[in-house]
Amino acid sequence: MLSVSLQHDRPGLALDFDLPPGQLSAIVGPSGSGKTSVLRALAGLLRTRSARISLEGDIWADTNTGIFQPAHLRPVGFVGQKYALFPHMSAIENVSAALLHLPGVERKRQAQACLDAVGIGGLAARSPSALSGGQCQRVAMARALVRKPRLLLLDEPFSALDRSTRKRLHVELKRLQANLGMTVVLVTHDLDEAAQLSQTLCLLRRGRVLQHGLTSEVLRRPASVEAARLMDFSNLVQAQWIGADHKGVSLRWGEVVLRAAVGPLSKPGAPVSWTIRSSDVFLVKDGHPDESSLGVLVHARVTEVISMGDSVLATVLVQGSGGEPLRMRLRPGAVRRHGVHVGRRLRIAIHPKAVIVLA
Amino acid sequence: MDWSALRLSLELAGWTLVLLLPVGILIGRWLARTEFRGRPLLQAICALPLVLPPTVVGYYLLTFMGARSPVGGLIDAWFGLSLVFSFPGLVLASLLVNLPFAILPVQRAFEAVSQELHDAAACCGMSPWRVFARVELPLAWPGVLSAAVLTFGHTLGEFGVVLMVGGNIPGETRTLSIAIFDRVQAFDPAAAGRMAALLLLISLVTVALGYGALDRRARRGAGQS
Repeated sequence: MLSVSLQHDRPGLALDFDLPPGQLSAIVGPSGSGKTSVLRALAGLLRTRSARISLEGDIWADTNTGIFQPAHLRPVGFVGQKYALFPHMSAIENVSAALLHLPGVERKRQAQACLDAVGIGGLAARSPSALSGGQCQRVAMARALVRKPRLLLLDEPFSALDRSTRKRLHVELKRLQANLGMTVVLVTHDLDEAAQLSQTLCLLRRGRVLQHGLTSEVLRRPASVEAARLMDFSNLVQAQWIGADHKGVSLRWGEVVLRAAVGPLSKPGAPVSWTIRSSDVFLVKDGHPDESSLGVLVHARVTEVISMGDSVLATVLVQGSGGEPLRMRLRPGAVRRHGVHVGRRLRIAIHPKAVIVLA
Repeated sequence: MDWSALRLSLELAGWTLVLLLPVGILIGRWLARTEFRGRPLLQAICALPLVLPPTVVGYYLLTFMGARSPVGGLIDAWFGLSLVFSFPGLVLASLLVNLPFAILPVQRAFEAVSQELHDAAACCGMSPWRVFARVELPLAWPGVLSAAVLTFGHTLGEFGVVLMVGGNIPGETRTLSIAIFDRVQAFDPAAAGRMAALLLLISLVTVALGYGALDRRARRGAGQS
């Protein structure tokens, strides 16, 4: 287990979380959320006002007992946004620079093997200025891995790469992580990247943990309005809490009564926010054979239709809802079948399992 | 031609270079990497010889190094050494006058080594000393070379401070630039011209060698690309 507890003033950090060993965890947050500072603290590059960092029982920092292992004594590999390859060294010299504790011949052998493993063994003699972004990233990865670190720290390592290179390196990182079984912490502002790569997700904002858990769970169910905003849930709606029973929670949204499969207890009439993924709002055709299984059915009028390549974003006003629009992500085929256009009246379904009541 | 003056000039420039360059590297690196309250003042003190007239610097050095001053008196008592009108005094004066030439280029070169490279080196397991030796110094080398050329060249041509502190003692404090002044005063333009041409040539060769070394390094860097 990687246990992290940090307090700092500049930048402001007040967080506490555990990450599972042998897995790839992502720390996601907007610019200025402190995610890079967390990574620097894990690496031993930032000494925070208060800290307790331990990996599987080994304490790397503990301000209470005065323990602080500096970066060069921690078994970590670090790949930054700009790769930070030493410009006066060739690719193989860059990798060898992480093995200065070994004799020269062994150093070179291991560095070459590591470059071969990341697929650029033939470019060992090249200087960083003669390598492409993707190749530099591989050299940086080889340099971080060659010491066989217990913790690999990646600070937005794919942000400067083109889409195809990024996708290819995503696959390679997954393969590498699976083969080595190493604990990896990836910092990114890209939720899609985190969703594809990580098993655990830690959502940061202004130096605090907003939500933390299994990636699939966090992405499916934001716990707060802030988390939902950060995860780009475009439907954030105000309602009133009515009551709870064994089937879940009831909400009043204008004149519409919605049901959510799970939700917090509150007082009747208390204001509450809820959200639903735009892709979880469904169109219902007339005469559907099993309408009762679809959830709450409401009438709505289309106010905007925007084509977004392989999907269409439609905005609808739900009748009796009080005027807050809902956004729906539809397939082009569904748009054609239902004749979705501005002004069209439709029936939509809001399923209790798709309704997320926020704290 | 005053060959002893030439030898003295080269010795003075050589000693100044050997003694000052390590100091310049350490102070330059310290100023580049360390934030502290008195940094602007220290930087100003290091750069002061650039803006002060040599006579002012020379006057203060004379005052502080003289046998009646506390510093000069102590050195005289401990080592039996007079700093005024002597070669060791000239070396000391030259070290102080050349501080900005030895420090500023080095400081700028170390400042250009990014924080990311320091972090990467530390995460490669390099101790602070190894980061300095393996990453910072090789990258800051052009600045160190510039500092060496400037210090050596400037010492060769230094006149005002040398005259104030050392006077004009043949074989002891009469450097080539003093000898040129002496020949001009003695209405011997031919000897002054020969020595001036020699000083010009040595200075030109020194600076050209420095630029050549920087160019070779830049080409080698480009050649690896």
